[in-house]
Amino acid sequence: MFAAIILLVLVLGTVVFHYLSPWYFTPIASNWAKMDDTVTLTFVVTGLGFVLVNAFIAYCIIKFRNKEGRRAKYEPESIKLETWLTGLTTVGVAALLAPGLVIWGEVVTPPDDAVEIEVLARQWNWSYRLPGEDGQLGAVAVSHTSEDNPLGIDPSDPFGQDDIIVYDPVLHLQLGQPVTFLLRSTDVLHNFTVPQFRVKMDFVPGQVSYIWAEPEVEGSYDLLCEELCGVGHYAMRGRVVVDNDAQYAAWIADQPTFADTQAGLNTDLVAGQASYAVCSSCHGANAEGNKAMHAPRLAGMDAEYMKRQLRHFKRGVRGAHQDDTWGRTMAPMAMMLADGSAINNVVAYIDTLSGQSEFDGDASYNLSAAVERYAPSASGDPNKSAALYQSTCAMCHGASGEGVWTVNAPNLTGLDDWYLASQIKNFRDGVRGRHSDDLYGLQMGLVSNTMTDDQSIEDMVAYIMTLESNKEEPVTLAQQR
Amino acid sequence: MEHIAHDETSFVRPAEVGEMELYHPKTWLGKYVFSQDAKTIAIQYAGTAIAIGMVALVLSWLMRLQLAWPNTFTFIDPAYYLQAVTMHGMIMVVYLLTALFLGGFGNYLIPLMVGARDMVFPWLNMISFWVYFMAVLLLAASFFVGGGSTGAGWTLYPPQAILPGTPGSEAGILLMLASLAVFIIGFTMGGLNYVVTILQARTRGMTLMRMPLTVWGIFVATVLALFAFPALFVSAIMMALDILLGTSFFMPAIMTMGTESEHVGGNPLLFQHLFWFFGHPEVYIVALPAFGIVSDLISVHARKNIFGYRMMVWAIVIIGALSFVVWAHHMYVSGMNPYFGFFFATTTLIIAVPTALKVYNWVLTLWQGNIHLTVPMLFSIAFLLFFINGGMTGLFLGNATVSMPLSDTLFVVAHFHMVMAVAPVMVVCGAIYHWYPKITGRWYHEGMARFHFWVTFVGSYLVFLPMHYLGIMGVPRRYFEITGTSFLPDSAQSVNASITIAALVVGFAQLVFIFNLVVSSFNGRKAPGNPWNATTLEWQTAHTPPEHGNFGDELPCVYRWAYDYSVPGAEDDFIPQNVPPRDRQAEVTP
Repeated sequence: MFAAIILLVLVLGTVVFHYLSPWYFTPIASNWAKMDDTVTLTFVVTGLGFVLVNAFIAYCIIKFRNKEGRRAKYEPESIKLETWLTGLTTVGVAALLAPGLVIWGEVVTPPDDAVEIEVLARQWNWSYRLPGEDGQLGAVAVSHTSEDNPLGIDPSDPFGQDDIIVYDPVLHLQLGQPVTFLLRSTDVLHNFTVPQFRVKMDFVPGQVSYIWAEPEVEGSYDLLCEELCGVGHYAMRGRVVVDNDAQYAAWIADQPTFADTQAGLNTDLVAGQASYAVCSSCHGANAEGNKAMHAPRLAGMDAEYMKRQLRHFKRGVRGAHQDDTWGRTMAPMAMMLADGSAINNVVAYIDTLSGQSEFDGDASYNLSAAVERYAPSASGDPNKSAALYQSTCAMCHGASGEGVWTVNAPNLTGLDDWYLASQIKNFRDGVRGRHSDDLYGLQMGLVSNTMTDDQSIEDMVAYIMTLESNKEEPVTLAQQR
Repeated sequence: MEHIAHDETSFVRPAEVGEMELYHPKTWLGKYVFSQDAKTIAIQYAGTAIAIGMVALVLSWLMRLQLAWPNTFTFIDPAYYLQAVTMHGMIMVVYLLTALFLGGFGNYLIPLMVGARDMVFPWLNMISFWVYFMAVLLLAASFFVGGGSTGAGWTLYPPQAILPGTPGSEAGILLMLASLAVFIIGFTMGGLNYVVTILQARTRGMTLMRMPLTVWGIFVATVLALFAFPALFVSAIMMALDILLGTSFFMPAIMTMGTESEHVGGNPLLFQHLFWFFGHPEVYIVALPAFGIVSDLISVHARKNIFGYRMMVWAIVIIGALSFVVWAHHMYVSGMNPYFGFFFATTTLIIAVPTALKVYNWVLTLWQGNIHLTVPMLFSIAFLLFFINGGMTGLFLGNATVSMPLSDTLFVVAHFHMVMAVAPVMVVCGAIYHWYPKITGRWYHEGMARFHFWVTFVGSYLVFLPMHYLGIMGVPRRYFEITGTSFLPDSAQSVNASITIAALVVGFAQLVFIFNLVVSSFNGRKAPGNPWNATTLEWQTAHTPPEHGNFGDELPCVYRWAYDYSVPGAEDDFIPQNVPPRDRQAEVTP
């Protein structure tokens, strides 16, 4: 009796849990409502079967429990009953399968008016490519991929020149416009999932897979990788924003073509030097940094990283959080850089700077009251953080902190310890990297969660300072080249 | 229904082959370590499998701790987490369940149930265990090498599995591949043994259609394994070549960590097809023995013949055959040609029909039975709940369209744990309690066993039921943590915490189980030879535990099927298989 009651409680509890718990699909934002309908249908049919069969078991336990003098009925088989049950099950299964197959037919066939957008996934970030005015995507190959041509577009293919490059994890889509996502990876398997769109598909390096959807609700949605792709898998986040026509037009007009990105490689050092005049008051004439102003050393900092941060400061993606005192100081400075080419120029100029301090034993170091939060990391124990660095941080920033451009991870060498510590804390505490467009910042936030107390951050910084490339005198990228 | 004497015959053909000479060990080592007695080998298999299984259980606690309270246990970093996920999965599926059902139960029960003195190749059988033991050691060694064990997920998908962005890409992955290859070599020796024993060494009168369903389940599962494991074997070898010699079976031209690799032209999907060509039958390699065993447990403890024996046998065979044409339902969103979805969704849902029939027949065996709620029976009922639940969610995931929003989420994790982890483990527990008196000659402690049952039963349900809903909400699997999304409510974290608490409790209940098994084997009450009044041959042995050679001087002769329970007119409510029909009893019984 007890067993039957527990069984019934679990079964009825399942049904009650299903209907009363708040946990179910996130509201749909695409055309695939019929996919949800098939799920509902399957819940109804299987739920009925689940309850009926288990209720029957409970009934048998109560009714046919052993007691004095009971004897079971001898009944080897009943072909008739078994045939009926098989028939009924077949009908039920067919009722589930048929609509599934019909809708699957739609899933695999994108409509004629769908536009194609290429999604490039690699460890552990997203970028996108849209066809330009010719309506065609240019050829790509892994062998063309480099820091200057991160999507690997064939420079000799005329179709590729006007391709629109979104080298950023945030993709905008036009409301009501069906899209076929062409999925390309250059390293391992990944997966394209926007939970509100319902459809999802893996990326397979060496081929292009596809999936299509029509965004039907304006809004901003998480893009997740749902195929294990290494240590950074859980932090590989992107964002899809569904815009109305006007917003979308404004966004797309802002994106460079492939030709633009290649032209942007030619920089004007004179213009860059002029722009840097403002920067030098805090970051120093030789980009050596100034702790008192909380201005990090820029010499030797990763160029792509600096460009991205300047764009973020300009757009309010970084330096907008109320607790980010120094970031808020930086944001208006970045506004002085008019456009992408101004950013490219100033970064190119910074690349030429030596980073040597003008004053030895800088007196301003005593002004550190304002930066008390960022105590120097002399107290850190590098041995305690070596394992975490090598198992996690090294995956993106490199085993010796040199940075890996394909993961968009800057080098960590040549940076001041106080700056590293303050930024890791900012990431962890959500002061930096929580803007919805700063997906790399979110990535750092997730990873820095593993350092729960300040001591472990001190330990980590102490370890980074011991890294091989940090022991040498830092050299600028320009000098390296 | 009128009484029919089911497949009872007074005619038994004379033995075609004479008695075989048994190998008799002369040393202690030969008797207990390098034993050639299937019963000892069975216990060696089971002990090793359960021991490494406990490691995998602890790994699951570590995973659950991180998911419930992210970053509280700081020794669990993302790499460590993935390593725990991978090793937990691989150990549980291959090194615990496969080894325990086939190597453990197969070795113990096949010779006894078909009326043989031992396996037909006892020496090979002994080697099979030691090769398996070596595979386990290789696997365990990977915990200790530089870089640690592989964190590629138990599916080991390339290119990721062998690239530096994945933990254990140094030595861990190679040890895993080597261990799998060794496991498969060992299994093949054992598997051929089981198949040949069942086909060739049945005693007189034991026709195929009189075999207990336990033997049928193990038999078909072994045949599946012999066909399926080679696919895994070759993929392990090919991946090892990709690592060691720089071949490109599974490796296209890629760029990893900013540098272009040397590989060109390989196909990662090829590995997935090979893996799941093994991986799907593997589900049934675990499930079919469980199906068979639970059929017998229900029948014995409900004092009723299994309902629809012939259908049950054919269902096992049909499920086994179909399991080779459904593999790509694991790959609906893998990037394979999506048109394959039509074929594989159809075959997958067809397999639901024979499976449902088996459920009906188990349930109908309870109907009008005489149900003894013994511990094995309780576990059988628990199996039914978990299996029905997991089977139903299989109808979601098998149907390509319905499966798509749920793919790669915790819904999948919940589904396969219900159907191929908890459900078979319920059968394992029930079966161990059921045969314990025969294996040890003593009773387990009833109170501890019931405690173990209730905690495991209710606890496991509380672990895996809510997990489905995390998946429906969109929580992906294999995520170190899920913060930073805009669509998951904070309550998702509380669900995770409750799951972890339930999982820890269930885990500790297994320690009670093992304690009970060990202690009762020394000081449990003495058990009689046939305590459950069962019909099958293993309960009719002259000695308990059965001695070397199983059946004493003369092999039993089988006159009837394995399910003569509560036969009208018979005095007892069971008639053992070796009892002749009434018209011949006079001449046989002295």
